[in-house]
Amino acid sequence: MEWETVIGLEVHAQLLTKSKLFSGSSTQFGAQPNTQACAVDIALPGVLPVMNLEAARMAVKFGLAVGATVNRRSVFARKNYFYPDLPKGYQISQYELPVVQLGRLMIDVDGMKKEIGITRAHLEEDAGKSLHEAFEGLTGIDLNRAGTPLLEIVSEPDMRSAKEAVTYLKKLHVLVRYLGICDGNMQEGSFRCDANVSVRPKGQHAFGTRAELKNINSFRFVEKAIDYEVARQVELIESGGKVVQETRLYDSQSNETRSMRSKEEAHDYRYFPDPDLLPLELDEQFIKEAALGLPELPDAKRERFVREYGLSAYDAEVLTGSREMADYYEAAAAMVPGQAKLAANWIIGDLSGYLNRDSLGIGDAPVTSAMLAGLVCRIADSTISGKIAKDVFDAMWNGEGDADAVIGKKGLRQITDESAIERIIDEVMARNPKQLEQYRSGQDKLFGFFVGQVMKATQGKANPAQVNESLRKKLGDKPA
Amino acid sequence: MSLYRSTLAGLYKLLKKKEISSQELTQVYLDRIEAHSDLNAFVTVDRTRALAQAQAADARLHAGTGTPLTGIPLAQKDIFCTEGLLTTCGSRMLANFVAPYDATVISRFNDAGSVLLGKTNMDEFAMGSSNETSFFGPVLNPWDRRCVPGGSSGGSAAAVAACLAPAATGTDTGGSIRQPAALSGITGLKPSYGRVSRFGMIAFASSLDQAGPMTRSAEDAALMLNVMAGFDPRDSTSVDRPVPDYTRTLDEPLAGLRIGLPREYFGHGLAAEVGRAIEAALEQYRRLGAKTVDVSLPNSGLAIPCYYVLAPAEASSNLARYDGVRYGYRAPEYADLWELYSKTRAQGFGAEVKRRIMIGTYALSAGYYDAYYLKAQKLRRLISADFASAFEHCDVIMGPTSPGTAFEFGSRSGDPVAMYLSDIYTISVNLAGLPGMSVPAGFDSGNRPIGLQIIGRYFDEAKLLNVAHRFQQVTDWHLRVPEGF
Repeated sequence: MEWETVIGLEVHAQLLTKSKLFSGSSTQFGAQPNTQACAVDIALPGVLPVMNLEAARMAVKFGLAVGATVNRRSVFARKNYFYPDLPKGYQISQYELPVVQLGRLMIDVDGMKKEIGITRAHLEEDAGKSLHEAFEGLTGIDLNRAGTPLLEIVSEPDMRSAKEAVTYLKKLHVLVRYLGICDGNMQEGSFRCDANVSVRPKGQHAFGTRAELKNINSFRFVEKAIDYEVARQVELIESGGKVVQETRLYDSQSNETRSMRSKEEAHDYRYFPDPDLLPLELDEQFIKEAALGLPELPDAKRERFVREYGLSAYDAEVLTGSREMADYYEAAAAMVPGQAKLAANWIIGDLSGYLNRDSLGIGDAPVTSAMLAGLVCRIADSTISGKIAKDVFDAMWNGEGDADAVIGKKGLRQITDESAIERIIDEVMARNPKQLEQYRSGQDKLFGFFVGQVMKATQGKANPAQVNESLRKKLGDKPA
Repeated sequence: MSLYRSTLAGLYKLLKKKEISSQELTQVYLDRIEAHSDLNAFVTVDRTRALAQAQAADARLHAGTGTPLTGIPLAQKDIFCTEGLLTTCGSRMLANFVAPYDATVISRFNDAGSVLLGKTNMDEFAMGSSNETSFFGPVLNPWDRRCVPGGSSGGSAAAVAACLAPAATGTDTGGSIRQPAALSGITGLKPSYGRVSRFGMIAFASSLDQAGPMTRSAEDAALMLNVMAGFDPRDSTSVDRPVPDYTRTLDEPLAGLRIGLPREYFGHGLAAEVGRAIEAALEQYRRLGAKTVDVSLPNSGLAIPCYYVLAPAEASSNLARYDGVRYGYRAPEYADLWELYSKTRAQGFGAEVKRRIMIGTYALSAGYYDAYYLKAQKLRRLISADFASAFEHCDVIMGPTSPGTAFEFGSRSGDPVAMYLSDIYTISVNLAGLPGMSVPAGFDSGNRPIGLQIIGRYFDEAKLLNVAHRFQQVTDWHLRVPEGF
């Protein structure tokens, strides 16, 4: 039988507010345990939550960016369960009335466009962390994260493959960073994903029973976990079994999912409206101001890059992968009129390679957009060859100054003087009589050898096109 | 008249004229608290701290920067967090809890320069109407030691009634200021929901809890409310409305005042002696120029079932934080996390608290939520609407505060519903978020006090205080002090 996969994702994006969702504590990552937890965060008797409006502003920005309805009135509810890193014994979340509803995101998989529905996005507070490793037989509780604002973004079950799911997730990841509402750091848990996965016979309308996959906190794991889970479900059904509704944990070591708790064991969260908080009321003005704060969104920017700079769809996609990358590119492109494509190649190629090698963000690159533009200009005006440019780039990366300084200091200026090139060719021919003879006796493939020798003799500085031309001329006047 | 029987207004004059110092005054009350410790009105008394505060107050009075409450010793219900001082909420769960911060109510009194005598006993987590659920034992009613003082603010009520403090604070979720005020013969005011900050006040049922003064007179209640009331950015449910000077309108004449009498408050279940006392009080009001009109609160019979769904539902969640993990009581022995939770909570909470957590958990459970919680919310709106219609015909509503007078220890503790009925006239006021007062209005044949309840429009505390004050100008019920005090 042919099976169809159905996937919906729940993403928790940690919002980049300075303070927590309901208290004034800092949200900074990595502080000493429990140094960023105030009376409200540790749920002392008598404390009360006070809503951080900055988090609402960020949620509204997201809502507007995905074309969703921003509810003028949303309600905070308590989700009740006991756990040591949940100090109040309940999490404040939004349940029946979320701040954002009914949005959509377009994804592009193998050239096919597809719309993924966003059911809702709601504000909620994060829990603390239980630390099981560092304490012999004990569990440590760190409440620094407790109360940090999260935007939970719930998609419709619109995805039909792990690839679509990852594409959607990446798209969302780019978007929240564009909006400046989340740093997207998956290692630190600022961008987390759960996947609801089910299968059904192709053509069947009703959904199959789903499993919720947790702990899939990298793009790679999302794909692998879903693929594993789909295979497990199909195999189970085909061998006469039944998928049960449950929560499953993905183990990246063994690349499998394991049952965490069944539907019967699921908590009854006893949601009810939080009586300590008034409903969140957002007026027209608030939403308008949030709209004014919206940057150019990734899709619009990508299309503009194709249009304005004549880039391929692929290049435009890569260069708009983050706002910083796009800004870097636009700054460089503006300084090299007519060479936008060349600038793009350098950013996608060498610059990205160096950034990856050194684990740097583009904002920390030692080669600034102005320096990169300077390099591109020297290639364009034939001062240096593309090959030499790589050395210049490396020198710039190592702090040896801008392109002109490096070229000047190292004498890398390209040799374009025809007589100079011919003189070098003569020398090379004189030094290699054997090869010359072989070439002239018909071994054409030795042409490359001579090019290499000339380039070597000029430390790569000779203009390659001119070398070719002159060599052909010199070698060509062999006896018939 | 003895100094300790004075009202706040009287003490203010003495302090201002330097006829007595705050330190002397504080000493008087501290000695009385000690002499009458058998009442069990206080959980914590910190003499050193109180006298230090009094000394600071004297300096302030001397410098002429005092307020009407500077140097006045007060008792605070042990539900308000007080920095560096035990805050138990009447529970074993918090019997070792020293709060690291002050509730807004406490810091407002600190700013005013008043002196904290101690923390008063109360029903555990404010759940009770007799003060019998306190982990620290029951409080005796100064009028009759065989009887309860009412609850949950029983310690505050007894302390003021026995002149162990000139005034105290209480909190009222379903009647916890008004009912003990009535049963102990003092004046108590529950302000409108949102008038006084709940920050630092340990939560029982967040949508109903409200702090207020418990005093010897309406004028004193006005002086206290002047300090307590006001917007607090740390409490999202506190209301940002200007606070009037509640003492300024106390003497307004009552001519033309329309008093609504809800027929539901004078029917079955009301003790005859209480009914007669209320009738006499109403007669007094008529002589003051007020007229009475019949009104109806048709849904008031549903107030108790409505309340006993909503309040426990909120409580079940509010009390989830007492898990033995971070502070408070922790069971000494446990095998794993779940045992830590269950043993801590089984041992740390008393029977009434556990009963309400169970009821609340049930009412919020999947499959029951609509039938109980949502239905109760609908009833709550109906009860509010009843008051709104009644107030179209009257300016205040009056009736008994409680159906009977102080009852004997143990007489109702085995029957929760009988206990709950003690609050039948007060609960609907909390559900509607309205201000309500209890003022002394007589005694039964056993010399146990009777309270008259006055209910006002939303944020109409000034009117309530005015109406109560005028009554107290022509009666002396509120000036009576139990024998031996």
